[in-house]
Amino acid sequence: MIIQALAFYLFAGILSLSALAVITARNPVHSVLFLILAFFNASGLFLLLGAEFIAMILVIVYVGAVAVLFLFVVMMLDINFSDLRKGAMQYVPVGLLIGLILLIELAVIYQTWSLDAITAAASISMANMGETTNTELIGANLYTNYVLPFQIAGLILFVAMIGAIVLTHRSRPGVKRQKVAQQYARQRDEAMEIVKVTPRTGA
Amino acid sequence: MLDFNLIPILPEIFLAFTAMGLLIVGVSGGNKSTDIICWAAVLSCLMAIFLLFGISWQRTTVLNDMFIIDQFGGFMKLIILLGMIASIALSVKYLYQEQMIRFEYPVLMLMACVGMMLMVSAHNLLGLYMALELQSLSLYVLAAFRRNSYKSAEAGTKYFVLGALSSGLILFGISLVYGFTGSINFSVIQTSLSNEGAANIGAIIGMVFLLSGLAFKISAVPFHMWTPDVYQGAPTSVTAFFAIVPKVAAFALIIRLLYEPFAPLMEQWSQIILFLSVASMTVGAFAALVQDNLKRLLAYSSIGNMGYALIGIVAGNEAGVSAVIIYLFIYMFMTAGTFGVILCLRRGGIASEKISDLGGLSLTNPALAYAMAILMFSMSGLPPLAGFFGKLFVFQAAIDGELYALAIYGVITTVIAAYYYLRIIKVMFFDDPVDTLDKDIPFARRAVIFVSVIFVLGFIIKPNLLVSSSQSAASAITAPQGLAVKKTIKEPPQAAAAGDRPSSTEAAATVTGAQDK
Repeated sequence: MIIQALAFYLFAGILSLSALAVITARNPVHSVLFLILAFFNASGLFLLLGAEFIAMILVIVYVGAVAVLFLFVVMMLDINFSDLRKGAMQYVPVGLLIGLILLIELAVIYQTWSLDAITAAASISMANMGETTNTELIGANLYTNYVLPFQIAGLILFVAMIGAIVLTHRSRPGVKRQKVAQQYARQRDEAMEIVKVTPRTGA
Repeated sequence: MLDFNLIPILPEIFLAFTAMGLLIVGVSGGNKSTDIICWAAVLSCLMAIFLLFGISWQRTTVLNDMFIIDQFGGFMKLIILLGMIASIALSVKYLYQEQMIRFEYPVLMLMACVGMMLMVSAHNLLGLYMALELQSLSLYVLAAFRRNSYKSAEAGTKYFVLGALSSGLILFGISLVYGFTGSINFSVIQTSLSNEGAANIGAIIGMVFLLSGLAFKISAVPFHMWTPDVYQGAPTSVTAFFAIVPKVAAFALIIRLLYEPFAPLMEQWSQIILFLSVASMTVGAFAALVQDNLKRLLAYSSIGNMGYALIGIVAGNEAGVSAVIIYLFIYMFMTAGTFGVILCLRRGGIASEKISDLGGLSLTNPALAYAMAILMFSMSGLPPLAGFFGKLFVFQAAIDGELYALAIYGVITTVIAAYYYLRIIKVMFFDDPVDTLDKDIPFARRAVIFVSVIFVLGFIIKPNLLVSSSQSAASAITAPQGLAVKKTIKEPPQAAAAGDRPSSTEAAATVTGAQDK
């Protein structure tokens, strides 16, 4: 029990600190690296909750794909982040005010929150779990109970793919492409020309 | 899972598969096949309508209670599909005229259509969100479809960023509702809320977030900032699509949300909708007065129209919901026709979209001018055109709900808004003619304008056709709640119109005055 508590505070502490470092680091590359650290610690928290599948997915998807993509973008785009940050300080009071209002609101609704209403629903799903691992459970749920949102998600990705192609793909003239059939069908006559070189004329 | 039954969801499946098939056709045929794909998309919408009529509209939920089909959903899907047909038909020639021939256009339209139909049938907050995203994502791409225009890129970016913000609001709202009611299923939320009622502050705040996000989708004030810019920047055929179809779907979603899961909170949400409605009517009436771009003008006009439609929801009774459906149906026809006319405004192969470009249209192209005049008269709500009846039903519902102040305010803003509709007519008939328009108006555009004018003129002959079916659709959504709705019906008006409520005789006098106008 005590080890769990220790692990929780360790993960949570590093998570909070590295999240803070993400937005305060001067160098954007450092920000992304801190973000990766934050993801690792968040997945540690998920492990403590017994959600090992989500923990692994977090590492694979967010660290393996998203954060690396960020890193690429940060390194490839030559954006001067200190210029972007100039003048951001003037929004701090407004931001703090809105944050404070949201915090108060959340505090107010937290007062009224009772677990009774949802424990009934939660206990049902817990009871069904039995000995199955949560990977198995997620898989079974995703393809049966949640098949409609799952399929819509597929359609959304499909649209995203079309959209990316529509908005960015340009067919440039003069690009050499592999056309295997044409390349094989080419005869020697059309591919090369035999030039008679006369010596000592320089041409 | 016992309710694995794909029959009710057949039209959506059919459209999704057609979209994929058409994409394959496009990839192998190249951009040359764009017009074939467009017409195939129109045809598939028609077939989806047949499929829709083929399935039973009895209230059933399938796929683990995620998908619902009922009379309300069926009728809204019918409206959406009709709007899709009109907007694809309007686009075909425009794509060629503006050199943006890309076969992905109709495919994206169809995917948006699938998203909208799924929105109408959502019976679960997760399904709702996914369908909304499917629709929005297609719309973002369509707004930025003309890549080499800065305006279009700006429209797409603005729409995307603000749309993502509204999705964030919706998700936050969903998470609060889930946390405080313990479910994302509409019927479970409803039972949970009717047990606890207004005591559940967390769920109320969640609902407010959810409504804010959805108000963005129907561009109700104060979430309307994106509308004029996106309407102006997007290619005109896309603007027509934006104005015609997605609003219907978002309205259907809002109605379902408010009358199913959040029906017990009617007292709370009617205040929010009341505010949205009043603010939208005000902005729609006043901001449009100073516009000189037709597309911008129609953007503000659509904001105002959403305000009128919201009145029907505030009314909180079956008549209100049916009035909203009738209003949206009529609005869709009028908008389709109006955009059809705007798409015809081309001189020397270049589209013009200024109001002054309409000058003297009655001399240069009388047929178009009279069509536009009829549509504008209808938009401003003059009897006996269809637009008048749309407003009449909505105001009547408000009177039934004892929202006299709201009805009067609606009439006042209608009168103000009439100014800019009439100004267009004045420009067309009394200003000096500018150069003549290009003569080659494609058949599809003529057909859309013709159908919409006939509808606007002929609605008075047989209004019962639409009215009775929308009433049965409305009763499908309000009846299952039965007691819950009826119990609260009497309360909201008092809370809502507490500010200044005129005596009922005065209200009646004003309303009859408006009818005489």
